[in-house]
Amino acid sequence: MQPNVTLAPPPPPVPAEPCAGRRGTPRQRVWAACQPLAWIGPAIVLIFSVVLVPVVLMFRTAFHDIDAVGFDRGFVGWANFEALLREPSLAAVVTRTAVWVVVVVTATMVCSLLLAQLFNQRFPGRRVARWALIAPWAASVFMTAVVFRWMLDPRSGLINIFLHDIGVLPELGTAQADWLGRPSAALWWMIGVAVFVSIPFTTYAILAGLQAIPADVYEAAVLDGASPWRTYRSITLPLLRPALLVAVLINIMNVFNSFPIIWAMTAGGPGDQTATTTIFMYQLKSSSIAESAALSVVNFGIVIVLVVLFLKAAGGRSQVQS
Amino acid sequence: MSATRKIVLAVLAYGVAALFLLPYLAMVVAAARPAGELKDPTYLPSRFDWSNFVTLWSSGLGANLGISLQVAAGATALVLLVSLPAAYFTARRRFRGRTAFLLLVLVTQMFQPTAMLVGIYREFVALGLNNSIWGLILVNAGFNLAFATWILNAYISSIPVELEEAATVDGAGRLGALLRVTLPLAWPGVVTALIFTFIAAWNEFVVALILTSDPAKQPLTVVLDSYLGGYQIDWGHLFAASAVATVPVIVLFALIERKVVGGLTAGAVK
Repeated sequence: MQPNVTLAPPPPPVPAEPCAGRRGTPRQRVWAACQPLAWIGPAIVLIFSVVLVPVVLMFRTAFHDIDAVGFDRGFVGWANFEALLREPSLAAVVTRTAVWVVVVVTATMVCSLLLAQLFNQRFPGRRVARWALIAPWAASVFMTAVVFRWMLDPRSGLINIFLHDIGVLPELGTAQADWLGRPSAALWWMIGVAVFVSIPFTTYAILAGLQAIPADVYEAAVLDGASPWRTYRSITLPLLRPALLVAVLINIMNVFNSFPIIWAMTAGGPGDQTATTTIFMYQLKSSSIAESAALSVVNFGIVIVLVVLFLKAAGGRSQVQS
Repeated sequence: MSATRKIVLAVLAYGVAALFLLPYLAMVVAAARPAGELKDPTYLPSRFDWSNFVTLWSSGLGANLGISLQVAAGATALVLLVSLPAAYFTARRRFRGRTAFLLLVLVTQMFQPTAMLVGIYREFVALGLNNSIWGLILVNAGFNLAFATWILNAYISSIPVELEEAATVDGAGRLGALLRVTLPLAWPGVVTALIFTFIAAWNEFVVALILTSDPAKQPLTVVLDSYLGGYQIDWGHLFAASAVATVPVIVLFALIERKVVGGLTAGAVK
């Protein structure tokens, strides 16, 4: 499941506990300053050891010469980055990643906007229908991708049988039916799977946004005689903007970091012809872990830029304040 | 709204719902195909053969399911142990460094392990925690801590502090008030954090892929990945195991669906 971002609402202004800080003996003062650590210390330790230490090690590895068995031969400056730039397929991988992110996120947003409208209507059995929508969100993305690979089997895959039945595919078991065997076709099918697994979270985020829009603005629009499409464009979409912004950024990050879909369906192959930068980083790891680290640093830089954008976008509504 | 419109909407929505369930139905059907019909070009087999679900346990995959279970349970326990006090304290007190701490949590929420695989690999190999359940528990807990902390913080913040004060006055200590008043009221948040973390760790793939090379120490997702690389793919057992791993998780997620959405909307939309 993709991690989801929750911005908790700002805590209500609880009156601060009078700190023992200024009064009391020095011993009490030290205790007061240390007290928070007893509560949040374990969380800090966990974050440092699992999230921050790897970041440091990743940067270190990117600037060191590491041999095949993992022995560190010392600092080498930008050599790993230069080696990375000399990779003949780097340009193609980067271009493919841009296409992958832009197409998956755009298609996800458009589909989710439509689905959110549909699932926001009142009809019998809405809860059951909404419940079905969460399946790809709850299930392992890796296993979902494996099932799609199975359904695209050239001879016996469900999707191919269907395409054959409706006349799109002339014959089963041919090279044409082997979608995942051809890099360009494989990429489009994998984009489809990525959209499929991204839709549930996005639709739910938009649904929540829709429900947060007060009913009276719609009543006003009805009184003014606005058409449904006009109402959607001039009222719903502008009021959904914050929800959409957050959904877009979370999706960009998830899709950029997405690994299991491509890994399960083509493993980035043949060669690296269906690899994104994330898959390419993993492929490089077996030949040169230092070069792989260099690419990780680049990927990481991109993620940081996205995080900053996200914080800016979210900052207006949910302050991490004291 | 007219009745016809309602029916059209319902049919559309059920169609979409069916489409989203289809891959998981295909998973179960593939697992139940008789061995001789595995590669038949038919939507459904001539009969269902459930033996893969029985032989699954003797095929060794049962042990890998067990590892997934231990990792997910361990990570969930650790996350709750660590996030509950942090969420409680940040919800109830203003202290120096509170903003910095909440920002740190928020930022780690953005980082995905995939982006720093090389660093995780170097650290855990150096610590000797590769091929170990403990390594996976730690990583999964670390990357799911943020969600739990945020949602618990939101729940605890919404509980009036007066309730705790009343309990304290009535003779319960601060810890007693926390355990007997706050925790029961925040229980929906705790359950949400619990199930969410469990599912995330249960489904985790990339970190386990780089940290476990010994098939006896691999969680289910990783050992299934090695099936895919085999010369003859044992699709029957692969999908039987996938179905056993997937169906309970979808049901569990349905239990918290509303609250996850509530948690997601809490700050993201208002």
